Amino acid sequence: MTADTHRAIDAVWRIEFPRLVAGLTRIVRDVGLAEDLAQDALVAALEQWPESGVPDKPGAWLMATAKHRAIDRLRRNERLERKHEQLGRDFELRQEMAVADLDTATDDVGDDLLRLMFISCHPALSTEARVALTLRLLGGLTTDEIARAYLVPEPTIAQRIVRAKRTLTAARVPFEVPQGAELASRLSSVLQVIYLVFNEGYSATAGDDWMRAGLCEDALRLGRILAELAPKEPEVHGLIALMEIQASRSRARVGPLGEVVLLLDQDRGQWDAVLIQRGLAALARAEALGGALGPYALQAAIAACHARARTPAETDWPRIVALYDALAQLAPSPVVELNRAVAYGMAFGPAAGLELVDALTAEPSLRTYHFLPSARGDLLAKLGRSEEARAEFERAASLTQNAREREFLLARAAACAGGA
Amino acid sequence: MRFLLYTVDDPAANAPPSPELLAEMGKLVEETTRAGILLATGGLGPTSARVRSSAGKVTVTDGPFTETKELTGGFALIEVKTKDEAIEWAKRFRKIVGDGESVIQEVFGGDGRP
Repeated sequence: MTADTHRAIDAVWRIEFPRLVAGLTRIVRDVGLAEDLAQDALVAALEQWPESGVPDKPGAWLMATAKHRAIDRLRRNERLERKHEQLGRDFELRQEMAVADLDTATDDVGDDLLRLMFISCHPALSTEARVALTLRLLGGLTTDEIARAYLVPEPTIAQRIVRAKRTLTAARVPFEVPQGAELASRLSSVLQVIYLVFNEGYSATAGDDWMRAGLCEDALRLGRILAELAPKEPEVHGLIALMEIQASRSRARVGPLGEVVLLLDQDRGQWDAVLIQRGLAALARAEALGGALGPYALQAAIAACHARARTPAETDWPRIVALYDALAQLAPSPVVELNRAVAYGMAFGPAAGLELVDALTAEPSLRTYHFLPSARGDLLAKLGRSEEARAEFERAASLTQNAREREFLLARAAACAGGA
Repeated sequence: MRFLLYTVDDPAANAPPSPELLAEMGKLVEETTRAGILLATGGLGPTSARVRSSAGKVTVTDGPFTETKELTGGFALIEVKTKDEAIEWAKRFRKIVGDGESVIQEVFGGDGRP
């Protein structure tokens, strides 16, 4: 019975933790303190629930308990520092707010969650710190889970989070949703953090701790939450569309021996139809909001071209080229150019594609990028220039850090040498 | 982890939902959507058909099947971190709908976990 209760408490905790921290941060204006208070409420639940049973509204119970603790702490601080009149006034104000909040409990913490996302991804923090803090406070992951997912020691993550919370306190970062011109850049930081988490999980390989691949789900959940909190932001829907569609191919992109399976070689029957439908719906929402598509929505639109094609031959390559054109204008980069060149080759023939890829070989930032020789090798092979293709695949193999990718590229090189 | 939640009840005992119940259900759907865990959900029609195969022969029987419990009401496909979380959401669902039984089953293959 007690074991059951503990598991129930654990589940309630995972569900309620982000909302608790968000609601409490609004009251005490300090994420570190808010997290401590939430932990206090957890301790109280662990003490009381095994005897009393899990309350009817466990989230409201935890919030009310944490708020009482908040008031206790503020009173204690006030007694200790009675001489500091300023603090006393501050305390009264806070106490009023806390008491006023007690009745509403967890009714609507949506805005608080959004504020919590913005401060967890605040530019005062390093990217690593933003990721760790977001996974901790909004993803509800423990420091140990984050450490396992990122293959670093647990104390490293714990320290990173402690420092991040201190930085936010020291910088007096306001607990608010940024307005006006600031909103765009702050939102892009939130989106970037979520996408970084997704890609970390997406790059996990067989044999990794499953916690790593779980990061994809964590990122998807964060993205879905954000889409509910900021439904009028097209790029939020663009990002969630991109992640849902990419995640739909998770199973198909790894073969039975753990080998890489390229997009066009994947068994499309293994693509996850639920995620594809969700992704396409999110993309439609981004498009319906009007205006030009942002970088995430454009990438999602490209992914959607593949998702809509039942066979590789049905892929609308000219549309993909057009979408890459738009992406190149919005977020110009040699990598986007390279992808565009590959799509161009698919749409208008390998010779046309090769011409564009060749124009990129002098690009300094692509000098060690394995995808360039690999793409060139593919186009050369299609043109029957096997010997040149083999050299390119071997060069690509020497540049990649990923063992499975290297195997794949060497196999392609060998196939060229065989006169394929 | 992905789970399928559905209700199994005697269809005869399955009265049409009251407006209050529907409103409460709407709130729960909203809550799970906002929590980012609800992938798909839907109500189920009152009658079903069963397709059985035995020794290479396929037979079709139309419901209702009053002698056994069957899938009624509705289903939800959710994505959560642990099975206990799925159970906690099912508890919240049961508190709304009253007497009856729900089943929680893990759905494999939904994620890309190696």
